[in-house]
Amino acid sequence: MIAFILRRLAQAVLVMLTVAFIAFAMFNFVGDPINNMVGQDTSLQDREALRQSLGLNDPLVLRFGRFVANAAQGEFGVSFRLAEPVSRLILNALPATMELAIVAALLAVIFGVMLGVYTGLYPNRWLSRFFLTISLIGVSLPTFLIGILLILVFAVLLGLLPSFGRGEVVRIGWWSTGFLTWSGIKALILPSITLGLFQMTLIMRLVRSEMLEVMRTDYIKFARARGLTNRAINFGHALKNTLVPVITITGLQLGAIIAFAIITETVFQWPGMGLLFIQSVQFADIPVMAAYLILVAVIFVVINLIVDLLYFAVDPRLRIDGGRSGH
Amino acid sequence: MSSPSRQPLLEVRNLRVEFFGRRGRLLALDDVSFHIDPGEVLGVVGESGAGKSLTGASIIGLLEPPGRISGGEILLEGKRIDNLPYEELRRIRGRQIGAIFQDPLTSLNPLYRVGEQIVETIRTHLPMSEQQARKRGIELLQEVGIPSAAERFDHYPHQFSGGMRQRVVIALALCAEPKLIIADEPTTALDVSIQAQIITLLKRLCRDHGTAVMLVTHDMGVIAETADRVAVMYAGRIAEIGPVQDVVKRARHPYTHGLMGAIPEMGADIDKLTQIEGAMPRLNSIPPGCAFNPRCPSAFDRCREEKPYLLPVERSQVACWLYDETGARREAAHG
Repeated sequence: MIAFILRRLAQAVLVMLTVAFIAFAMFNFVGDPINNMVGQDTSLQDREALRQSLGLNDPLVLRFGRFVANAAQGEFGVSFRLAEPVSRLILNALPATMELAIVAALLAVIFGVMLGVYTGLYPNRWLSRFFLTISLIGVSLPTFLIGILLILVFAVLLGLLPSFGRGEVVRIGWWSTGFLTWSGIKALILPSITLGLFQMTLIMRLVRSEMLEVMRTDYIKFARARGLTNRAINFGHALKNTLVPVITITGLQLGAIIAFAIITETVFQWPGMGLLFIQSVQFADIPVMAAYLILVAVIFVVINLIVDLLYFAVDPRLRIDGGRSGH
Repeated sequence: MSSPSRQPLLEVRNLRVEFFGRRGRLLALDDVSFHIDPGEVLGVVGESGAGKSLTGASIIGLLEPPGRISGGEILLEGKRIDNLPYEELRRIRGRQIGAIFQDPLTSLNPLYRVGEQIVETIRTHLPMSEQQARKRGIELLQEVGIPSAAERFDHYPHQFSGGMRQRVVIALALCAEPKLIIADEPTTALDVSIQAQIITLLKRLCRDHGTAVMLVTHDMGVIAETADRVAVMYAGRIAEIGPVQDVVKRARHPYTHGLMGAIPEMGADIDKLTQIEGAMPRLNSIPPGCAFNPRCPSAFDRCREEKPYLLPVERSQVACWLYDETGARREAAHG
């Protein structure tokens, strides 16, 4: 178990170094960083002096090492566009994205699993077919369209919910939260539905097909033959056996929700990392883009590690400790 | 009807099971009737697809759609159970009728400890506390011959071998003291060396607890050794049913005869085993009359026209016109 975690951590470090190298390459080879910093009338000597003082003439390995060391301390330089430290920009945008992503993920998991179990247990019911048809829409409609439709119906036509922004936020330390005000919660509803809908339908379809499969297994048949109640069979025996693939996909989708909140954040002008990233791309604000890239990689790596550990919690066959014995 | 003191534990009367498909109905069980007395072992033999397992599934009410009971009745201690609502039948399953399936490797839920599954089953049917159920579960594991049962109680199924898992399955089937156990090919998936152990165990346990067994198998050796009576099934019907010695040693039905001829015998000096020509018909092409008539060496006109019903022959019942004296007479009168 410990060996497994250590092995996974070593892999994570490798992944992070690779991502860091890509970010570093972006920094150094997409245009000339000096050009980005100085005015047009700076002399060649001054440019060379600046290059020297910034250490840009050092060997590649040394510069990469310096980049990694800085990144590890959360130091990504200064934004070209806003002339503010990147770390502060990210830190300001992080809470908005995290809150949006968490609410969207909760919606996706709770409703996805519930609907998946229902449609898996009663595949022939009218309501199941209805959910499946609806889920097709969720899978096939692009996120921005769903967002715009929701804005049209609930913000423009009905005027119930705000169409953009986070509403009022409360600051707790460096974290700004929208959970504590009514307008903050109202502002969360539409973006989180937009962001979570695709994942919800995905999880629902996955749980459904897993349930259908598990219900056909011998141990479910035997559980019925033992006279267990339907509740014990459906939720105790069947659902638990569907969890391993569901955890995998949900974990990966959680990463995707955080990383690709870009579109939803753009549609709803949500002041999170996605919006920050899109604006940085427009201005070729490379330090911000590099930091975003690394942060997303960290999130994916951490989630994957948690998913792997959850397998051990769910499936005893993966725990090697208990001795196997013959007859 | 039999006297109340000799009321059969289970009685199956004229059971019909049909599969409803897009291309019409398939008759999978046709007019199956038999009974099992308390504490008795009834062997059910036949080729794959003869309807053995289907009969078992009908009794415990676990026919899978599109299969459905379309006629007849099933009585447990004189009470009909085939038309009970799901919830009432659920209470009977495990409590009154236990079941053992073919493959012990897949019968246990891999994510739960063996003990958890036993305690769960006990507490579903009997008013016991967690501790009492646990104690009883460990005793059961000891009884089915699992060494250091108290320790093994908390192990997961994958930590047991195939034979040990089938012992656990037997313990699970027995844990609410049912009166009848339906064992559907309990040894088919096991090593030959383990098969005998499991059969001996099953036999001993059922004798000790007074549990009746419906033993579904295609292993005649197991039947000859274990069963009190045997039912031979062919194409969804019972061909012959009677005491084990009679059926094995003096088979009446030509099909049973052929079946017994196909068993290799130690020391017998033969070059070739007898074999029944042809194959069992598929459900959608069962011939009119006796289902066995195209393969039967002694078939005559009546066998091709009229479906035989079970006729008493000494202590057995045989579905074969060869044994119908009245019919023969009727035929003579016609001719």
